[in-house]
Amino acid sequence: MNKVPPVMAVVRGLWRRDLAVLRREGVAFALRTVMNPLLVVFVFTYVLPKSGQGFQTAGATSFATVLTPGLIAVAMIFTGVAAVALPLSVELGATREIEDRILAPAPLHTIPLARIAFGAVQAILSGALVFPIVTLLPATPVDVHVASWPLLVAMLLLAGWTSAALGLFLGTVVKPAQIGLLFALVLTPITFLGCVYYPWASLQPIRWLQIGVLINPLVYMSEGLRTALTANVPHLPVAVSVTALAGLGVLFTGLGVRTFRRRVID
Amino acid sequence: MSAVVVDQLVKRYAGPPPVTALDGISLDIAAGQIYGLLGPNGAGKTTTIGICTSRVRATGGRAVIAGFDVAAAPVEVRARIGVVSQAITLDRSCTIRENLEFHCRYFGMNPADARGRARELLDRFRIADRADALPGQLSGGLAQRVQLARAISHRPDVLFLDEPTAGLDPQSRLALWDLVRSLQAEGLTIVLTTHYMEEADELTERLAVIDHGKVLIEGTPEQLKREHGGTTRLDTVLSDGSGAAAALTGSESVQAVHATERGLRLTLDPSPDALAAVLARLAPFGLREVTVVEPSLETVFISLTGRDLRE
Repeated sequence: MNKVPPVMAVVRGLWRRDLAVLRREGVAFALRTVMNPLLVVFVFTYVLPKSGQGFQTAGATSFATVLTPGLIAVAMIFTGVAAVALPLSVELGATREIEDRILAPAPLHTIPLARIAFGAVQAILSGALVFPIVTLLPATPVDVHVASWPLLVAMLLLAGWTSAALGLFLGTVVKPAQIGLLFALVLTPITFLGCVYYPWASLQPIRWLQIGVLINPLVYMSEGLRTALTANVPHLPVAVSVTALAGLGVLFTGLGVRTFRRRVID
Repeated sequence: MSAVVVDQLVKRYAGPPPVTALDGISLDIAAGQIYGLLGPNGAGKTTTIGICTSRVRATGGRAVIAGFDVAAAPVEVRARIGVVSQAITLDRSCTIRENLEFHCRYFGMNPADARGRARELLDRFRIADRADALPGQLSGGLAQRVQLARAISHRPDVLFLDEPTAGLDPQSRLALWDLVRSLQAEGLTIVLTTHYMEEADELTERLAVIDHGKVLIEGTPEQLKREHGGTTRLDTVLSDGSGAAAALTGSESVQAVHATERGLRLTLDPSPDALAAVLARLAPFGLREVTVVEPSLETVFISLTGRDLRE
């Protein structure tokens, strides 16, 4: 008798569960997502310009315009990593809560891949939440227009996937007790060195840094979204952003699925 | 038909230090049985269950569950088994009802069926009043009952229970035994590990005694006790015990006689006729009470290993 269900039926079950948990903490999710960009935008594009201390970036573009894609990218990577890594780290830890799902009649990689997909959706959602904040709140003009919708959609999908895949990898290697360290040693440097507050091209005078940050996935997310949203700000060639993000997405997914397997199979 | 066949299973951990958890375990468990793996902690029971349920990779040998080789077809095996592990692995972010419902979804049930099945199990396992509680709010006995409900919710063929009653109070333990028996009555094959002799004795139809990753002996509890349990102990209360010990001299089946405060404690051969013969000889001394302590699986284990199960 055939008792094995279609893989997508199992995946729908996994998503249904994740959705129920997410819905329960929907308000917390929104607050967590919105708080950082709200404060950054408020201080850098409202308080500082109003008090006469605003930055002036090269060319005619305002700092608020530079920030827009960057802050969307930061929100996405934070959400993507947190949505996958935090619960996974706990479920793989002492409580072994993941066990019931490991025993589901589907190939083992189904669980991490379903998690990545769900995390990617959350990352994109948080990008959408942040968009009105970073475009409407600044006191200085924000020059945002969608150059190409297909490119924007592709960038959002790639950024969501890569963030969630990074979350999978980190969630499978970091113990629950080290979560604080994860934020201090991984996410904070990624954010500050992720071409969020400055375009990559402006790092030209600091060549070693300009080369060094190229290992940072957030660089390609910020720069890719710049291509899609604020084409007037200098940005990496789109082929570079897309290729790098796709490559990192594949790398993190592969590594994450591998470490996941190692963690659950003795 | 065999529900579970385990053939020469070996599990070695590279270490350091290197550990051989399983050292060639073979079992053949018929469908419909309650089968026990009895042994002390660290004997290899949980590792054996781990391999049978696709969570542990064997170093050597193979396990075939419901006709499918675990290493070659783990998904087919997972579709046909239910597992209750030693620890409480309920999903702590979800209510009891959701734990059951989502589990059914993981096994491919459609939303309506999953909801219906969850409701049915909540009633049957008498946990309906806690349906909306979170796992952390349940007592150990109740949580274990939920785990059992979850494990059978997708109607598996073989149910694996790893130390299902460890840490439970006696009442919860008896309640769980009843549930396990009722599941067997529905045709489930049940494989359980335990280090409680009473549990193995009361609940299982056949069992394997495992120690240091090897099967020491296999059979029905009665068979094991008869063949390896050694002696029967007889405690008697006599109204006039003087001379009673002397009356037993020459009785072939009596191995030892000790005087107690109120009578005699005898050690008998496990032969079926020994008891009647001894009682006949003691009758003239005002035999008031007789307590027979049969060989137990504990004595079986001691006679096989020289150690106590709990050591």
